[in-house]
Amino acid sequence: MADTTTAPPSAPERREGPLKVTGSARYAAEHPSPGRLFARPVPATVARGRVTGVDVRAALETPGVVTVLTHENAPRLGEGDDPTLAVLQDDRVPHRGWFVALVVAETPEAARAGAAAVRVDCAEEPHDVILIPGHPSAYVPEEANAGHPGLRRHGDPDRALTSAAVAVDVRYRVPPLHNHPMEPHASSAHWDGERLTVHTSSQGTTVVRAVLAGLFGLPRERISVLAEHVGGGFGSKGTPRPDVVLATMASVVTRRPVTVVLPRRFLPQVVGHRAPTLHRVRLGAGRDGRLTGLVHEVATHTSRVKEFVEQAAVPSRVMYAAPNSLTVHRVVPLDVPTPSWMRAPGEAPGMYALESAMDELAGALGMDPVELRIVNEPRTEPDSGRPFSSRHLVDCLREGARRFGWDGRDPRPRSRAEGPLLIGTGVAAATYPVLVQPSTAVAHALPDGTFLVEINATDIGTGARTVLAGIAADALGVPPERVRAEVGRSDLPPASLAGGSSGTASWGWAVHEACVGLAGRLSGHAGPLPAEGLTARSDTRGKADAESPYARHAFGAVFAEVAVDTVTGEIRVRRLLGVYAAGRILNARTARSQFTGGLTMGLGMALTEGSTVDAAFGDFAERDLAAYHVPVHADVPDIEAHWIEEDDPHLNPMGSKGIGEIGIVGTPAALGNAVHHATGVRFRELPLTPDRVLRGLTEAGAH
Amino acid sequence: MTGQHTPAGATASHATASDVTLRVNGKPYTLTVDHRRTLLDLLREDLDLPGAKKGCDHGQCGACTVLLGGRRVNSCLLLAVSLDGCDVTTVEGLSGDGEELHPLQRAFQERDAFQCGYCTPGQICSALGMLAEAAAGHPSHVTDPAAPADRPVRLDRPEIRERLSGNLCRCGAYPRIVEAVEDVIP
Repeated sequence: MADTTTAPPSAPERREGPLKVTGSARYAAEHPSPGRLFARPVPATVARGRVTGVDVRAALETPGVVTVLTHENAPRLGEGDDPTLAVLQDDRVPHRGWFVALVVAETPEAARAGAAAVRVDCAEEPHDVILIPGHPSAYVPEEANAGHPGLRRHGDPDRALTSAAVAVDVRYRVPPLHNHPMEPHASSAHWDGERLTVHTSSQGTTVVRAVLAGLFGLPRERISVLAEHVGGGFGSKGTPRPDVVLATMASVVTRRPVTVVLPRRFLPQVVGHRAPTLHRVRLGAGRDGRLTGLVHEVATHTSRVKEFVEQAAVPSRVMYAAPNSLTVHRVVPLDVPTPSWMRAPGEAPGMYALESAMDELAGALGMDPVELRIVNEPRTEPDSGRPFSSRHLVDCLREGARRFGWDGRDPRPRSRAEGPLLIGTGVAAATYPVLVQPSTAVAHALPDGTFLVEINATDIGTGARTVLAGIAADALGVPPERVRAEVGRSDLPPASLAGGSSGTASWGWAVHEACVGLAGRLSGHAGPLPAEGLTARSDTRGKADAESPYARHAFGAVFAEVAVDTVTGEIRVRRLLGVYAAGRILNARTARSQFTGGLTMGLGMALTEGSTVDAAFGDFAERDLAAYHVPVHADVPDIEAHWIEEDDPHLNPMGSKGIGEIGIVGTPAALGNAVHHATGVRFRELPLTPDRVLRGLTEAGAH
Repeated sequence: MTGQHTPAGATASHATASDVTLRVNGKPYTLTVDHRRTLLDLLREDLDLPGAKKGCDHGQCGACTVLLGGRRVNSCLLLAVSLDGCDVTTVEGLSGDGEELHPLQRAFQERDAFQCGYCTPGQICSALGMLAEAAAGHPSHVTDPAAPADRPVRLDRPEIRERLSGNLCRCGAYPRIVEAVEDVIP
């Protein structure tokens, strides 16, 4: 049944790969057209206030500048659901970095010079940007991100904790984090008569088209939005961002093609970030390790532009059997940039806290951390009481332990040294929900014996084209080489966005249905196909979004080995290994890259990535890639990703669970737990940078 | 093919623009360039060679890496006007005139050494520059200080990782990139 597979190199290769390795894959800013203009936004330099005047004279005199848009002369936008897109509509500055002008010019150089020449006067107002525990403005939201209730309570957790044989009460802090996909947010807009064409770097152009139609009062049929190749997103391109609104706005005004590429340093302020989270986790257990009480309290911030609540207490509703529990979010609206999705919102920071606390509890109990998790395996989903459609967390833990060589580990902290290096190992569990959205697809059988599948899926690096062609080929019973998959254009059948690890399930379901329908038509067709071929359509509305009686989640286990340098405070990752149970894996080659990529981002979250809201200036101190440290080659060892094949009939026709995000989940805790095992010091604030490690070792007298 | 290009709409005066001649992927070009124009923007905007990517425009990410006279450079940090007479190779020029991929491009494809692909041209150009540096005996931070100078450096994984650390990959394809580079080490 549960069988372990390593990634064989035999799975089909990435279809757009040859374009990407030769530089011929074109991204959003790489579609030149005659007369194209370049526009550069001007960010506000106050943390809160009003624009009292914009002096554009010097900018307009700058050679090559065509026009400058401000709230005084920019086109009025229609009503939209996302107030972060209401750019240049009024004089309000809700946070530092909010765009207050747009300089449109003949060249990027002229746009930059023009932007530097714009003088913006603001009436500053007092600002509050720092999330502190017990902030007076904190409230419990009705819902956190993804529609999860802000608060859930079962039994009497306080009493359970008071009377527990063993208890831990610990606080963790995860700083703001930035997505920083390698391709900055970029959009190009041009008009062909009354028809608007937009190339944008987005995780889903069906949504972009709908939003532009609303904002600019255009029928959707007159808008084409394309995102054939997207240089990563990790959530920050899930819905439209200001670049696509500004590019379209400037093209409306100038009637010329306009490209907006957001400078790297602007991204943290306007494309969303992972909000900081302050965690308090209380666990109570009997001497046998069984949890009697679990309390996970999360404080986080949102902006005053809109409410976004990182649902970091939600994984504590899924993981372990605890009869008494409280999971609650408290959010503080501050004068900060608006947070949004970043890879595994909720699960990534939440599981850092929960899985670190579980490690602390294992220490308090004198119990092996793998065994502690196993004894707390629930029979049904703890919060909902629903049965799991499949749950192989225990298998992942055992398989990971076997591959990693966990057995025989000396559990005592600081038990292994190599000169000035302290060596330790750690483990953590991972989880990510199964999400799926309705989508539509069309499948064609062509007279030449090939097949064409059309769906507005987006390949942001996941391998969507490759996987969807494989799903189609399976449903049609033909080799994948005979199937072409067209994705990445809003003119194709509408489909959901590449987010929430839902792409393959959502798009694949629609592709599968269309292909099953087409196979049926083909079997009933005699003789050669007509010139236009045969076609079948699908729409999974009502099926993909139907309520399931099952709790559906992917699970995993992460094992890590670190070396901590007691002289420099540097942590080096020696080994990092993940084992996942995520339904059927559809393409071993691209799946391994998804898992490995998530593990790598988790390594960054643990050790290198951290941002700081500047109390005086109100924006992030670490804005570019020199200050915000994403992991580099030298930080990353030979990461191993394995999986257990699950046969789960309650998911979708392919039997797959999403795999794009679970890799980041659990990794920071596994590394943090390994650092504790190495040093005997518990660090509870990420990232574990050398300055923090040295200070911790010194304060603990363990230096 | 020799092209005469003026950046669209640029107000070309001798005070702010100059003529530059350079070879890109073996072809000579003479262009009038804005003095502020970087090599990266020249490639992308004037020559429509978008293979070199703009990830940060500040020399922090390596996505714009190309080969200048065979050595790897961040093309976002070089002003085009300073490159008169130079020879530039971009990812578009690696496979030559034929349809065949360069062996390193092939290795990236076979190893799945990328996901979104945005850092990929820079990784490939950087790796080729790096292989030449190692062959010429250039040491890195992790090279054994006792190793003889001017002898080729043996590229084990720590060496490859150290030498490619200027090229960021947010998708986290690093382990596969290292394998792809190993595939083409002579």
